[in-house]
This record gives sequence, structure tokens and C-alpha cells, in this order.
Amino acid sequence: MTRFLHVLLLALLALAPLSGAARAADLKDLVGQLASDDFDSKIAAIRALGALGDGRAVPVLKALEDGALYTTTDHKLVVAEPDDDKYKLYDPVDRAALGEATDDAIDKVRVNNRMRSEIDAALGSLTLVGGRPQDRLAAAQEALKHPLAERNDALQKAYAAEHDPQVKAALGLALAAARLRAGTREQRLAAVNTLASSTDPQIRSLLIDQRDASDDPEIKHAIDTALGSINGRLRLIGVAVTFFEGISLGSILLLAAIGLAITFGVMGVINMAHGEMIMLGAYTTFVVQQLFRAFLPPQWFDAYLVAAVPAAFLVTGAIGVALERGIIRFLYGRSLETLLATWGVSLMLQQLVRTIFGAPNKEVSNPSWMTGGFELIGGATITWNRIAILVFCFVVLGVLALVLRRTTFGLHMRAVTQNREMSAAMGIRTAAVDALTFGLGSGIAGMAGVALSQIGNVSPNLGTIYIVDSFMVVVFGGVGSLFGTLAGAMTLGIVNKLLEPVAGAVLGKVVVLVAIILFIQKRPRGLFALKGRAAES
Amino acid sequence: MRRTDTMFTPRGWLWFLAVGAVLAIGVPLLNALPASSALQLPDYLVPLLGKYACYALLALALDLVWGYAGILSLGHGAFFALGGYAMGMYLMRQIGTRGVYRDPILPDFMVFLNWKQLPWYWYGFDHFAFAMVMVVLVPGVLAFVFGWFAFRSRVTGVYLSIITQALTYALWLAFFRNDMGFGGNNGLTDFKDVLGFDLHAPATRRGLYVASVIALGLGYLACRFITRSKLGRLLLALRDAESRVRFLGYSVDYAKLFTFTASAVLAGIAGALYVPQVGIINPSEFSPGNSIEIAIWVAVGGRGTLLGALIGAVVVNFAKTWLTGSMPEAWLFVLGALFILVTLAFPQGILGLAGKLRLRPRPPPPAPVPGEEGAP
Repeated sequence: MTRFLHVLLLALLALAPLSGAARAADLKDLVGQLASDDFDSKIAAIRALGALGDGRAVPVLKALEDGALYTTTDHKLVVAEPDDDKYKLYDPVDRAALGEATDDAIDKVRVNNRMRSEIDAALGSLTLVGGRPQDRLAAAQEALKHPLAERNDALQKAYAAEHDPQVKAALGLALAAARLRAGTREQRLAAVNTLASSTDPQIRSLLIDQRDASDDPEIKHAIDTALGSINGRLRLIGVAVTFFEGISLGSILLLAAIGLAITFGVMGVINMAHGEMIMLGAYTTFVVQQLFRAFLPPQWFDAYLVAAVPAAFLVTGAIGVALERGIIRFLYGRSLETLLATWGVSLMLQQLVRTIFGAPNKEVSNPSWMTGGFELIGGATITWNRIAILVFCFVVLGVLALVLRRTTFGLHMRAVTQNREMSAAMGIRTAAVDALTFGLGSGIAGMAGVALSQIGNVSPNLGTIYIVDSFMVVVFGGVGSLFGTLAGAMTLGIVNKLLEPVAGAVLGKVVVLVAIILFIQKRPRGLFALKGRAAES
Repeated sequence: MRRTDTMFTPRGWLWFLAVGAVLAIGVPLLNALPASSALQLPDYLVPLLGKYACYALLALALDLVWGYAGILSLGHGAFFALGGYAMGMYLMRQIGTRGVYRDPILPDFMVFLNWKQLPWYWYGFDHFAFAMVMVVLVPGVLAFVFGWFAFRSRVTGVYLSIITQALTYALWLAFFRNDMGFGGNNGLTDFKDVLGFDLHAPATRRGLYVASVIALGLGYLACRFITRSKLGRLLLALRDAESRVRFLGYSVDYAKLFTFTASAVLAGIAGALYVPQVGIINPSEFSPGNSIEIAIWVAVGGRGTLLGALIGAVVVNFAKTWLTGSMPEAWLFVLGALFILVTLAFPQGILGLAGKLRLRPRPPPPAPVPGEEGAP
């Protein structure tokens, strides 16, 4: 019975791929041709292998490209892998072992640059058909980047057989690009129409080349129309990307400034150590990360950032309370002195961190859910950490607004700000409210540090980068107004990014600073100033 | 300016001239003694003392606006640096063909950056007189324009401090750029000589030191003149109650504008004398931290007293030289602690402390008028 089954199986195996047998013969012949000494015939073989569409040629071509393909003394083609001082030989197509040889018994198949590009092209058209979807997509994009007339048939076959819509669209573009280069007039016109729907910059330059090379007025006109629609879309995407970058920068500025909007905006304390609170928040993140690395299993590591947020809030909040109780409360009403004293605190905190952690930058890694990004049409990438910061900044702002508006603490805080004596007379412990308010502002700065540790260097100077910007945001937006801070941060972020391509990053920033200086002359109390009737304000 | 008070009593003049003579004549003489003498002042100390003199002049400039007019400028480092850059540009042009690239016109960094010709704003800096005019004019005009806008729209107190800080921050960023034509990150350096005298020769260094001391003395007299005049009284009044002075019919804005501009000019001169003695000027002089540090010199010495500013600048910078040499980590702790201690415990600074110790009745501290500064 088993014997019978064996026979049956063998018969089936022998019968089934009848057509395959012929192809296998072609493949063997073509692979054999690679052993030739003549570069031109090798190139012809590579092209034919690419056009054949047989996936078994892929490892052979890869071996050829890697320089692992050798000829033996009897002109057989083998793959040789070094093994001590000998080489192990394999059949290039089915990888059957062919024994061993010393290095003078085999001869490397030489490859030149022209062959390399042919190999890449052939590999590209082979992966178009076989391979996983992402490989096929990569191959289609590769075909678009380096169009080859020989590959048109392979492309067309692959396009017809493709089911994945994303890959099919990419193949369609590649096919159209190839046809635009070498096709009949009708094919070229149709190709232009297909390409007009793309936003790929390389298709744009391909179209421009073809327009300049073409004599046919109709094709020229069609290309011009297509270019017009591509340019319009690219411009739109450019504006959208700049806008997003602006909002992203705005969210970073906002995070850095929210804490200051409390300590400076609500309490009127010029806290020059605000930047150092951000820096301490970033260092807290670093410590939490190290603790997670040291004491928890690796699969928990991604959660470190979540744990770092409350940790940073508590650490910097506590430092803020201590600062208020120890120094700032003696200086209420003397804002210039407060400025100098808190500057002193900031110097000491910087030096303290430098002494404990050392001057070099500390490495804080993104958790896996914040790495990478997604690609927009037109080649622009938006990273997850930017989006996470954007969301985080609005959550912080929202929670803060709720605390101010809906909690007893917020009520007390606003009362003390408006009329300290009356609040005290109503039984509010104003000293405690002061300390807690300052702690809240500092704690928020610490949380900003957690976010900023994800996009920049964590160093003792981290805070100094943000301190001037934070003050600009608060003063520009209007002191004492959370909404003003939001509007100020977003305006500055977007204006900065709009200026960047025109004036360059640094000069753009200088222009913004000068603009703010001029703006403050016009409206000394900011965009959304609290209206008062006192002579002093 | 009508006089309301004489500048010095005769005894005061005597003191001023005596101290001035010791510093301007005694120090160079001690330095010129043969090296074998026990009293000889080492060569390296002369530019150091000259540097302190420049810092003292800078502190004097800040004290004039902060101590007397109540304007805490956090941008005086910018005026100092601008004066320094003007001087540096003159010194750069004096190098001539002695630079690394031996270009007769272009400074090394421009050759390095492939600049083909001198930018227009470098024209004229090969003349010493032109450069000296610029030393005064550039900080002066900047302060005048800035002050004109700021004081007219009544930007006061911390707001003014913050935008002066933004000013120096903006300049800091701008001067870092290579395209600005001021040497970018490296600034201007490798100077060879000034007015034909070799900058590395001890005699030139003595000369620069004496020039700094004389500038300091003249600056002190000028500030004394301003503060003792009727304008000085007005400044004190507007420092303590600006609105009241306004309501009494004084033109507060012009008084402030004059003082601010004069102070910026003094800072510029200090910068111009500073650069040849230290041999370099680069954008770090614009850093906001530097400007705030000037405030602490004044506060340590005792703000609102010209002598205090001088003493503060010298004491703090001496401590800085000493500590950054012997215990570099400790310096920032000490500086930070100084900031806190002086504001919390000794708002009158060293002079106030000395006054208390001698139990001499001193004018009451500049008490903040409620709602004057601290109102949000």
C-alpha cells in the first residue's frame, strides 16, 4: 500500500508541472550563461532572467550581486561559501551541496557597475510578482524610480495580476511612467493622465523632463495640465505640513509656557528657574527610565513614560513648594528682586544636576508606541512623538482649566489673585494657596519636561533653551489668561515655521523676537489682556 | 541741568583723585619694576585688573538705570558686546596681511567662508576714529530707538526687563550666524595691534589698563554729575513713584530715555576697552545669563550707590576668577547663592552692610510703593 502511494506520488510529481519543466530548462540555461567571461552576454542573461519571472532566479541574482557566485575549473556555476580555508560549494538554483573546493579551484564571477544596476532592475521585476505585499510595493516604487523599457512587460503582467489596491496603484504609476518614456502616442497620453493624479516629486521631474524632450504639442499640453494639478496639490500639502509643524512647535512652546502662565500669569512671580523645573522633569523621566530598566521586566519598559508623568509632577511640584516657602514668599511685591533670586536658584539647580548626573547629555529613549510615524501623501512624514506631545499638551491644558474653574482649590486660587486681603478675611489660608499654586505651576513645568525629553537632548542646560521663549509666549498671549497663552504659543509656533523657509531657522526666530518686542510696545499687556481701570495697569 | 548739589565735597575730590592716582599711576609703575623686585606686579595681572575696570564701568552703567531710574535692563550685555564688536572690527582690519590667509582686506573668517568683498557695514572700520564713533553710536542708537518705543508705550518693570532680555537673546542668536559677517560662533579674535602698538607687549597692556581706569574715572564723574543734578532727583522720584511724578507734570519718558541711552553708551565704551585686553569678542557676550550677572554685581555692591556698583563688580569678578580657577564646580553655587542672599538678606549690598556696621544713618531703602512694581 505504501509502495503504491509512493509510486503514485512520484508519478504526480513528474506529471504536474509539465510546462514548468521547460521553464526550468530555460532557467538553468540562463543561469549557466552567467558563467560567461563576456559582460554583455552576462547582462543579456540577467535581463532574460528578470523577464522570465521565475522566483527561483532571485537567490542566484542576489548571490551574484554579493560576489558569492563562482565558476569551477570545469565551467560549472556554483555558490561558494568560505569555510575555514576551504569553500563549501552549492548549486546556485536548488542549493544542493556540491562538496568542497580550495580557493584556487574556483574563480569568482566578476561583476561591474553596469551589471549591478541590471541585477537590481531584474530583482525588482522578479519581486514584483512573487514576494510579500511590502516587497512588491517596494519593487513597484523601485521600478518607478529607475524605469527600464525591458521591464514594461513584467510590470504589465504584475499590474494585471495584482490584488492589493495599494500595490496596484503604485504599479499603475510605475507602468505609466515607463510608458511615458517608451510607448505609443496613445499610451503616452494615457500615461500622462494617470500620472496627473500623483503627488510624487520624482514623477513631477519625470514629467518636466518629458515635456522638454517632447515635440508633440498635444503631449506637451497634456503634460502641462498634469503638472499644474500636481503642483497645486503639492503646494497644498506643503502648506498643510508647515501648518502642522507650526502647531507642533506651538504645542511644545505651550507645554513649556503653561506652568509659567500660572506662576507668572496668575501669581505675578517672575520665576527665572522655570526652565530648570522643565529640566528637572526631564531628569526625573531619565531616572524613572533607569529604574524601569533595572527592576522591571523588559515588556513593562514602554510604560515608563506613563509613570514618569506623575513622578515628574510630584518631584518638581515639591521643589516648587519648597522654593515658594523658602525664598519667593519673602519677595512678594518686589518683582525685580524675585527675578534675580530665582535666577540664582536656576544657576544652583543647573550646577546641582551637573554635579549629580554629569554634564553630558542623558539618553532618554522613546517608548515603542511613540517611535516612527506615518507618511502623508507627497512624502511628508509625521512622527508619533509629535502627535503624542500635541495630545498631551491639550490634555494638560484642559485639566488645568478644569482645576482652575471647577475645584475649590481653583476657586481659592482665583480669589487670592483678585483680592488677597478679602480672601484672607473670608478664611482662605492665603499662604498655603500661594505655595500650592506655585507648586502647581512648577509641577506642570516638570510634566512639560517629560514631554520635551522625548524630542530633545536631556542636559543641564535644557531649561535655558526654553526660558526666554516661555516668557515670550506668556507676555505675548496676555498675562493671566490661559486662552491667551494657548493663542500666543500657537501663533508663535506657526509664524516661526512660516518664516523658516523664507529666512532660515535662526533668522526666523530673531524676526519673531523683534516682532514680539514691537508688539509689546503696542499692547504692553499682551493679546488677551485683563482689563483694569487702575492707573498703573 | 540745574545743579541741586555739588558733586563732591573738597574731601571727596581729594579721595577721588587719590584713589584714581593710585590705580592709574601706581599699578603701572609697580608692573614696570624689574622682575626681581618683591613689589613687582606680574604681567598677567595688568589685563586682569583692566578687565575688572571695564566690568566696573559696565556695572556703573547698569546702576545708573537700575539703581537710580528703576529700570532693570537685562540687555546691558548687548550694549557692552556691541561696543566690543565695533572695537573688534577695527582690530580685525588692523591685522592686514598678517592673518592666516594673508588677505589685505578681508579678515580670515571671511576668506574662509569664501566672501569676495567686504560687507558695507565693515567700511570705515580701518580708521580708529570712525571705530570709536561707532563704539558710542551703535549702542547709543540702539538704546535710543529701543527706549523711545518702550518708554513711550509705558512698558515698565518686569515687562521691560523681559523685553530687554529678548533683545539680547535675539542679538545672541543673530550673531551666531555666519552670514551676519561677524565671525559667527568664533567671533573676532587673533588681534595683532592697536594704533600701531603690539597688543601683546606689556607696555601696550599697561596703556590699555590706564585707559580703562581713566574711562572708569570719567564714567564715574559723569554718573555722579547726572545723579547729583536735578535730573538725578527726578530719576529717584520716578523710580519710587512713577505715576506721581507723571501727574506732577514731569516728562518721565525723556528722563528715562536720556538715562537709558547714556547708560548704553557707557556700556559700549566698557566693551570697547574690554576687547583688546582679553583678545576676543564672540556671541557668548550676548547671552542672557551674562546680562543678568551684571545685575548681581550691582546688587552685591549696593544698588543706588555708584561706589557700590564699582565695588560689587570688582568683588564678584575677583571671586569668579579665584573660584573658577580653584573650584570650578563651586562657582555657580556661589553665584546662585549670592543672587538669593543679596536679594533676601542684604538688599543694600556691601555698602549698606558697611553703613549699618558703622551705625551711620543712611537714606531709607527704596521702599516699593504698593502696586508700583508688583501689580500683575
